[in-house]
Amino acid sequence: MIYREAGQFKSTYASDQAVFPILQDRIVVGLGLAAAFVALPLMANEYWLQAVLIPFLIYSLAALGLNLLTGYAGQVSLGTGGFMAVGAYSAFKITSAFSGLSILIVFLLAGLVTALVGMLFGIPSLRIKGFYLAVATLAAQFFLLWLFNKVAWFTDYASSGTITAPPRTVAGLMVTGPAATAEIRYLTALVFVAVFALIAKNLVRGRVGRSWMAIRDRDIAAEIIGVRPLRTKLLAFAISSFFCGVAGAEYVFLYLGSAETLAFDINVSFLVLFMVIIGGLGSILGSFLGAGFIVMVPIFLTNVPHLLGLAMPVALQKQIELMVFGGLIILFLIVEPNGLARLWQIGKEKLRLWPFPY
Amino acid sequence: MLEILQAVLVGPVKDMIGAPTFLVEVVIGGLAAGLMYSLVALGFVLIYKASGVFNFAQGVMVLFAALTLVGLMERGAPLVAALALTMVVMGALAFAIERVVLRPLVNQEQIILFMATIGLNFFLEGFGELVWGSNVKKLDVGIPDSSFTVWGVQVNRLELTAAITAALLVAVMAVFFQRTRIGRALRAVADDHEAALSIGIPLNTIWIVVWSAAGLVAIVAGIMWGAKSGVQFSLSLIALKALPVLILGGFTSVPGAIVGGLIIGVGEKIAEVYWGPLVGGAIENWFAYILALAFLLFRPQGLFGEKIIERV
Amino acid sequence: MILRRVMIALLAAAVVALPLAGIAMAQAKEMFVPSLVYRTGPYAPSGTPFANGMWDYLTMLNERDGGVNGVKLIVEECETQYDTKQGVECYERLKGKNGGAMVFNPLSTGITYQLIPKAGVDKIVVHSMGYGMTAAADGRWFPWVFNFPTTYWSQASAVIRYIGQQEGGLDKLKGKKIVHIYHNSPYGKEANPTLEELARKYGFELTLLAVDHPGQEQKATWLQVRRINPAWVYMSGWGVMNQVAVKEAAAINFPMDHFIGNWWSASEADVIPAGDGAKGYKGATFHAPGANFKVHADIVKYVYDRGKNIGPKDKIGEALYNRGVVNAMYMTESFRTAMAKFGNKPLTTEQVRWGYEHLNLTEARLDQVGLKGFTHPVKVTCEDHEGSGPVLIQQWDGAKWNIVSEWIPPMKDVVRPKLEAAAAEEGKKLGYTMRDCSKEN
Repeated sequence: MIYREAGQFKSTYASDQAVFPILQDRIVVGLGLAAAFVALPLMANEYWLQAVLIPFLIYSLAALGLNLLTGYAGQVSLGTGGFMAVGAYSAFKITSAFSGLSILIVFLLAGLVTALVGMLFGIPSLRIKGFYLAVATLAAQFFLLWLFNKVAWFTDYASSGTITAPPRTVAGLMVTGPAATAEIRYLTALVFVAVFALIAKNLVRGRVGRSWMAIRDRDIAAEIIGVRPLRTKLLAFAISSFFCGVAGAEYVFLYLGSAETLAFDINVSFLVLFMVIIGGLGSILGSFLGAGFIVMVPIFLTNVPHLLGLAMPVALQKQIELMVFGGLIILFLIVEPNGLARLWQIGKEKLRLWPFPY
Repeated sequence: MLEILQAVLVGPVKDMIGAPTFLVEVVIGGLAAGLMYSLVALGFVLIYKASGVFNFAQGVMVLFAALTLVGLMERGAPLVAALALTMVVMGALAFAIERVVLRPLVNQEQIILFMATIGLNFFLEGFGELVWGSNVKKLDVGIPDSSFTVWGVQVNRLELTAAITAALLVAVMAVFFQRTRIGRALRAVADDHEAALSIGIPLNTIWIVVWSAAGLVAIVAGIMWGAKSGVQFSLSLIALKALPVLILGGFTSVPGAIVGGLIIGVGEKIAEVYWGPLVGGAIENWFAYILALAFLLFRPQGLFGEKIIERV
Repeated sequence: MILRRVMIALLAAAVVALPLAGIAMAQAKEMFVPSLVYRTGPYAPSGTPFANGMWDYLTMLNERDGGVNGVKLIVEECETQYDTKQGVECYERLKGKNGGAMVFNPLSTGITYQLIPKAGVDKIVVHSMGYGMTAAADGRWFPWVFNFPTTYWSQASAVIRYIGQQEGGLDKLKGKKIVHIYHNSPYGKEANPTLEELARKYGFELTLLAVDHPGQEQKATWLQVRRINPAWVYMSGWGVMNQVAVKEAAAINFPMDHFIGNWWSASEADVIPAGDGAKGYKGATFHAPGANFKVHADIVKYVYDRGKNIGPKDKIGEALYNRGVVNAMYMTESFRTAMAKFGNKPLTTEQVRWGYEHLNLTEARLDQVGLKGFTHPVKVTCEDHEGSGPVLIQQWDGAKWNIVSEWIPPMKDVVRPKLEAAAAEEGKKLGYTMRDCSKEN
């Protein structure tokens, strides 16, 4: 009853094509954004910002990228970790070479580099499909990490073999480096995610997104009606890698502070794939929900014994965490294989009728 | 430019020809390693062939089988009894997986099932560690990990045993699939679930049989790998090494797993020993994947895989 | 359908219950010491004995003496699985708990690199004992990071000195082949520059062979070793890589007494799986193995007999267990040093840092602690957070480790200049300025 669109008329094409056509939606999203931009930095303590919210934002961006590639374009990719590494290392190289360049521009440039690399590794997708492609993207994952490990140029010949985020300011505020406060870093990540989510939403609603979905559903038929597979698939890889590259740069600059190649290994690729699947393939909101779920579950499982006052030995705790994590994933896939986004959709539909039964 | 070409193309080849016995050793080492990968890949192939599921948890099943075997032996069971008990455990695991994971997810897309097996992966990792502990365990099956020399070439006893075992296992599997009734039923299920159901093949029983067979293969792989590098957590990471074997040979082919394993094993070792020093070493990991990728570009379904026929 | 409702209910409950991560406050007369450990995951066989050693020593002090000079220690373990992300999460969660963490022992080079910049900002000591960033040994650039009693570069030079001793003199090394097998990570690569410099200086032929994480497959590496046929092999490995290497070495009949692992490659977990083949394998260390010291007797009496232990009794005295004990001992002795100046009460992190920087562990003090002859005396100064850095060589005889050398000093003339250059480079990257030790107390 509350969610009804009765009385909302659209008188221009533009208003009809808005991303959130229903007024209630706009209000909720507006409140949500206000909460995210204003309330959370003021209220959340440092642990929450540093260990939960910032990684949530970064992983959402990566999940968004992967969702575009796997959910909308249908190309299964297990190379997300490698692409994030490309973003991180290229951001590091660019900012150490041009230290005066604003870090925001550096992130975007890093994304561009990653897009090029992504296109390169996307070329096999023209010949290979399905799981074979997934395993082929692992080639990208392993090769890229080996490259960054081996070639000392990427770490500026550091004896430690790690890249460290140098202190950088934006408009006088310290954004990266050890002195940057969690609030500033959170807000930077939030701005990026918000902008990119908007871009992604518009992409998938437009011609590009439709051509991706055509390739995903029946690629031979799509080719017949004029969707060019080479261009479409490479574009998918490029844009997805762009998102993952920026996420990777943020991962090092705004979250970890310094990283070695092990931080981007195959576990990251699987983690992001989980987020996409649990959140919902082919859904922008799903990327966020999935990222939230995956980031929260280990934190929840780590903190619950403390809350309940149980003093479990850490090893047992970790093992139970693993088991619960695995079990939850299976449970989730059984209950709702289309992901959290579908649950949300069902919820919205029920809300339209509530409290009436039909 | 010319020096680079010379270093890459001419140097290693000269190296190879210059020390032929060493080359033979590298090739034998590669074949042996490749067969060890094939052992793991076989489990994947079995399950994919019969239930269409890409079982990512195969690596963990190898680890779990090895852990159970060693755990039982540590508690005093003799080898044969421990083996039998482990097979029972793997059978029970297969039953549980079919009930809890596969049955509710019947008819879902492949990627969903794949993700479910990854969830299973995490679950078994935690469970295995919970039950058997995280210490390194020594697996002694009576075969020493030493080498003997034949015509100037060093051969490792353990690897030889593993190679023979793998060959035997493949032969048994091949006969099983081609000659027995259950094998026929498995091939029918792999072809088309619904058609198989319609002629009366009990899908659930077949799945339990297949996952148990994969469990058996996991036990053998676990024994071989455990004897080689001790039974500990990283054993589950061999699955990642078996994946290039899988894509080279094709997901649905048993002989493909062997041939793929041999190619990957030899290719990997030769690349690492002769070309590795040029680029600083440790290229094994990604070289296997690039090699498989190169083959895929010519045959997108793997060397022996089923051709994917697409209809509009 | 029911399952779906259960799922939704769980989700809702989680969303509501989550923001309750509370922060506990410490009581008076208590200091909080978090212990980052890995008892699960691929590195658990190495992490578990260390964690047990640390826990046992600190609990023993609590039980026997009521803490350090009457101030009880609250020890809380946090599982990192040797994963940098989880290490950072542990750090963030525990740094403010119970009145504030006094010191962090990350037990992982990767996690140490993450914590070094944070330590300066949060002002908490990071003690990366014998691991971590070697350059941090220059205390003028990194006041909050300590890596005594020695570092990877010193260890490499000491091992070369030992090899020289075995060959009859460092000049005899000329023309000999030495192979360094290393874990393909920043940790493994640490020793390479020093080894390369020493190869230039003494004329031996150095080959560097990398082994990718986790190191399960080393056939190609050892085939190459066979081809090179070196006189000595040095290994910087970790986790499963170690025991696979030892097995492979035994399998190709390499003379085990010419195979030296660094102090993270020479523990029981690395040699037991190889069985008899591992006999003669050598390793570096900076403390004695075995459970024959007074401290161990006290640990049995006050911890195991009272049931406050986590690990099993028969693993006391293992190489990595003793490593944990010595780490805990350095920590508590630093606390004592600080308390001698600031009083027997719970310290602030600044005072703890002062204690670490002025630690002077003498033979007499070691005797008093119950560890006579266990490890080398250590003196930490403002410039030198490394201590003197000597190394012992131990050898596996099939049942236990035995010390087979005297204390071997590192080649400070080679190591220190490189260290200072690296420290300046790393420090400038983080925006630090070098402090002037003569101006400080």
